[in-house]
Amino acid sequence: MKILVCVKQVPNTNEVKINPKTGTLIRDGVESILNPDDDNALEAALQIKDANEGTTVTVISMGPPQAAEALRECLAKGADDAVLLSSRAFGGADTWATSNTIAGAIKKIADYDLIFAGRQAIDGDTAQVGPQIAERLGIPQVTYVEEILKCEGGRLTVKRQLEDGYEIIEIPTPCLLTAVKELNTPRYMSVKGIYEACGKEITVWNEHDIVVKPDEIGINASPTKVFRSFTPEPKGKGMLIQGTPREAAAKVIEELEKKHIL
Amino acid sequence: MFELKHEMLRKLAREFAERELEPIAADAEKNGGYPKELQKKAAECGFGGITIPKEYGGAGGDYKSLAIVVEEFCKKDAAASSMLMSNSLSGAPYLYYGTEEQKQKYLKPMVLGETIGAFALTEPGAGSDSAATQTTCLWDEEQGCYILNGRKCFITMGPVCDYAVVFAKSDLQAKGTRGISAFIVEAGWEGFSRGKAEEKMGMHASVTSDLIFNNVKVPKENLLGEEGQGFKIAMGILDAGRVTVAAQGLGIAAGCLDLAVRYSKERVQFGRPICKLQDVAFKLADMATEVQAARLLVYDVADKLDKHEKVTMQAAMAKYKAGETCNTVAYKALQIHGGYGYMQDYAIERMTRAARLVSIYEGTSEIQKLVISGNLLK
Repeated sequence: MKILVCVKQVPNTNEVKINPKTGTLIRDGVESILNPDDDNALEAALQIKDANEGTTVTVISMGPPQAAEALRECLAKGADDAVLLSSRAFGGADTWATSNTIAGAIKKIADYDLIFAGRQAIDGDTAQVGPQIAERLGIPQVTYVEEILKCEGGRLTVKRQLEDGYEIIEIPTPCLLTAVKELNTPRYMSVKGIYEACGKEITVWNEHDIVVKPDEIGINASPTKVFRSFTPEPKGKGMLIQGTPREAAAKVIEELEKKHIL
Repeated sequence: MFELKHEMLRKLAREFAERELEPIAADAEKNGGYPKELQKKAAECGFGGITIPKEYGGAGGDYKSLAIVVEEFCKKDAAASSMLMSNSLSGAPYLYYGTEEQKQKYLKPMVLGETIGAFALTEPGAGSDSAATQTTCLWDEEQGCYILNGRKCFITMGPVCDYAVVFAKSDLQAKGTRGISAFIVEAGWEGFSRGKAEEKMGMHASVTSDLIFNNVKVPKENLLGEEGQGFKIAMGILDAGRVTVAAQGLGIAAGCLDLAVRYSKERVQFGRPICKLQDVAFKLADMATEVQAARLLVYDVADKLDKHEKVTMQAAMAKYKAGETCNTVAYKALQIHGGYGYMQDYAIERMTRAARLVSIYEGTSEIQKLVISGNLLK
């Protein structure tokens, strides 16, 4: 079985702040990490690999050269090889142009049975790239996969997470699945894996290496235009009302009347 | 000095320490041990045999890698590093002096986390002075095996080890350390017993006891190296051992500094965080400088070890400096914590007790000074 996993390197948003003046992320000194949902996607692929001899796992990412770090982490966890899509021409892409680019690379790879992606990235939170890749490739997809029940004979049975329950879906390969964190617990890298990963070449492709038209990639192919992003002003301090319940209730009504809410 | 693999390894070790060690460190100290799964998890990551070659289940890594992992573990829990790394240390004699059969039988399962090994050199009357070894392991022609008798003390992993490398006199006529040989002794053999688990000042989760041998029959194939080579074997792995213990001291010191920085920012007295008080801020500056000095010594000697240079003096310097530094840094960090630091609820209390060991074992600070001055005055 040939499995592809789409991953993204993201800033660790636990530590990210937004510059209130420019509306952009302050990335200085912020650690970059493998997007958490993508780690679940990789783990799912590696578990299938562990259980099925002859399975290969290839990780793909689009990003600047430093995104190779995230790919190398995937190799150290057990992925077989890695492809980085990196070029100035890909810059400024929204989810539409990004999925065109990644789908272009997958068309070039051509031979695959299963594609995994994380549900969404913690920096953009769109959850669009995975589904759009499946659309561009014309293959079936299941999003929000929380369990893989069966994987044999060119068919998968998966459990899809819903807000108030779940669906059991059977899907033929080739197909694309997006993973949620409930799917599994990602493994650590291993010492041996790290040594081996450091000796491996990461394939780097630009716009000429993949199957895509020039007007489908980068900022010019991105319908999303962000005019301004901002952090909402913090609300003013609340008022603390003390006293007996009766007094406090009377005070609340008085204050609400003052504001013409009552 | 550091390559990409070292940076990745530091990330792995840090994640493992934060997620697997830090949350259970206080309980492990109280219970005197770790849950069984921990060793398995650590072995899956490959921490069991960083410097052991691949053919014996290890990662075939360098000493810088080992030092990095020890440092990161010790920032959160020194006792865990002692448990998880003990196989790296007690594995060395097999690696350098063992036969292929001995390596497969004893070294490989240790590295894979299936068994626990120990290194039994110290005796009640023979600490720094190995020549005073009283334990004997003499060839018995009639029975066709060696007969081991004696007692070893302060043996890390003594209460739980599956086998140990035991140093004993095999030739009573030879003078000094020359009659000492090394033997691989299995815990299941008749006449092998253990003393009670020692109640130590710190590092409670890393267990220690005596090993007692009463007419234990040791087959010929369990002699490690050659007869009379014991002292050479023990000394040969001492440099690497000291580098590892120095990395422990570095990790404990760095961990204490982290705790002190965090606490001093959170603790408010006189209307502001105590880190704004110059005395506290200057203490932190002193601590950070000492930690960095120890770090440079540790990684410098690890790098030299990787280049197969002779490092006896540098290893002693790193061990001496890191052992003393973790104690002074722990003292200051606890001082910054004030009364809370004296309470067992705070990690600094446990770290301070752990630090006290580092300037004592694997050669006291005073023995290190003996080694350093001996090299200077040669």
